[in-house]
Amino acid sequence: MVTPIKSYKGTFVILLAVLIIFILINISLGSVYIPIKEILASLFNGEVEKESWRAIVINYRLPKAVTALIVGSGLSISGLLMQTLFRNPLAGPFVLGISSGASLGVAILIMGATFLGTNIANFAFSSWGIAIAASAGSFLVLLAVMLAAIKVRNTMSILIIGLMFGSLTSAIISILAYFSSASQLQQYMFWSFGSLGNLNWKEISALFITFVIGILLVTFIIKPLNSLLLGENYAKSMGVNVKLTRNITLIATSILTGVITAFSGPIAFIGLAVPHLTKLLFNTSNHKTLLPAVAITGSIVMLICDSIAQLPNSEFTLPINAITSLFGAPIIIWLLVRKRKIYY
Amino acid sequence: MDTAAKHIIKVSNLSIGYTSKKEQNVIASNLNIELKPGNLVCLLGKNGIGKSTLLRTLTKVQPALDGEVYINNKKLEALTNFDLAKTLSLVLTERLPDSSLTVFELVALGRQPFTNWIGYLTNNDMAIIQVAFEKTNTQHLMNSKCYELSDGQLQKVMIARALAQDTPLIILDEPTAHLDLHHTVNTFTLLKNLASEFNKTIIISTHQTNLALQLADELWLMSSSKFVSGNTNVLIEKDELNFLFDSDLITFNKSLKQFTINQ
Repeated sequence: MVTPIKSYKGTFVILLAVLIIFILINISLGSVYIPIKEILASLFNGEVEKESWRAIVINYRLPKAVTALIVGSGLSISGLLMQTLFRNPLAGPFVLGISSGASLGVAILIMGATFLGTNIANFAFSSWGIAIAASAGSFLVLLAVMLAAIKVRNTMSILIIGLMFGSLTSAIISILAYFSSASQLQQYMFWSFGSLGNLNWKEISALFITFVIGILLVTFIIKPLNSLLLGENYAKSMGVNVKLTRNITLIATSILTGVITAFSGPIAFIGLAVPHLTKLLFNTSNHKTLLPAVAITGSIVMLICDSIAQLPNSEFTLPINAITSLFGAPIIIWLLVRKRKIYY
Repeated sequence: MDTAAKHIIKVSNLSIGYTSKKEQNVIASNLNIELKPGNLVCLLGKNGIGKSTLLRTLTKVQPALDGEVYINNKKLEALTNFDLAKTLSLVLTERLPDSSLTVFELVALGRQPFTNWIGYLTNNDMAIIQVAFEKTNTQHLMNSKCYELSDGQLQKVMIARALAQDTPLIILDEPTAHLDLHHTVNTFTLLKNLASEFNKTIIISTHQTNLALQLADELWLMSSSKFVSGNTNVLIEKDELNFLFDSDLITFNKSLKQFTINQ
């Protein structure tokens, strides 16, 4: 029997090549242009024309590119998990209320910190302070959603509960914002624009370790996720522990999305759009193919968006959150109009 | 081996229904069934009489209110979903969620209870999948996407998936609900064939009463007051079918072996 399992080796090789090209382009572009040859030299301890270039590459641009890889792939994988679990193409990594929880944590920190005295305020506005507040906020909201999820049997209800928690937290943020000063509002706004460039190597290691833990969890649910494509009843009849799979999916998503949001802000669009883009490219629903494909595509899209946001040869950096939607939404619309229908 | 061991399904004093906070809503009680392997069983009864509830109880989707169910000599309550998946496969009426699964991938999912943690298909798995395609005569659809299939083709493919699960018992809930007469007869003869030639036990709930009377080895008849199970010919001979619709409109005609409309 000829094995009718399509191999995507060729597509993966091309995607990986594209990924490497965009990593190099991303590092080379910025306020100063650095030739790719010089980048390779700085990375592999070769002769660099200007020593300052090596410092820029190692201390600024490489950490930013690595952050883009983790953020892009992590959010995209989370989005795919949520779309499969809820069988809803509108689901994304933030449907569980994680980003609104993180926003609430940061909003309370920034808008409430002045009441706590200057020492605390100084710590509060460091990136660790914001990361901790964001993690705590997303963890608390997630805990509430998970407790509700244990009580609720219907998976769709979890989606709605997540959305409700999102509304609740934005309401609280609105009230906080109403009573805060212009400078506090501005600071909160800057966080909510998202940013890839603020992390040092220490913070990136923390991000990376949690990322690996999330990915490990995901590999164990590839098989049950595939049977969930037939619906929960069929999955159950094939011996899948639906509840366990559901909980692992929720935990993996919250680890990935929670820690990414904590360090880089609530980055919109990527988690929702990249799974669609990947399904259009690969035309498959098999998670064994889709998960690595979504991770690579997500990284590429994130790198492209970051390169655009840097506005090459200028001192300005546009908010990454605006670029992801501005640049990505038209592409998805165009692809959908051309292909007419996506099947999940 | 004692006599009980020969039964693929044994049900004694079963009550089915739903439990809400305070009260039990009993749909049928005191059900007794003994079924031997290799039979095609048709479950007949009016809409809303509890056919689906019975099938849901036998497949452990919902708990029994009272009584005992043995599947392959094992108590149903004691079986995990995973154990049950090796004994019992399902074909449901619900629509599949949209996906771009190929027919091969869909049928191969039937091997899930037997594959390793990542779902790797061994040569043995591939051989069983191949046989499932052959038995249902759907090899030519293997590379199609599921969304490209007609209702009739999809139903056959879903039966192929159940066959790939390679269980002695297959339960189908109204497998011909969306099909025309040609595909309905086709599905029935396929199921009959699987039961008689490959010793599968196949239970279907259906409204195709006249087809069931012609093809089923056993009938399970359900009305609001009564449950009767037994060999089709014996039931016809005993003229025990009239209670099924308890209506002045339809009666069972013993000589035609069919239900007819009173005129």
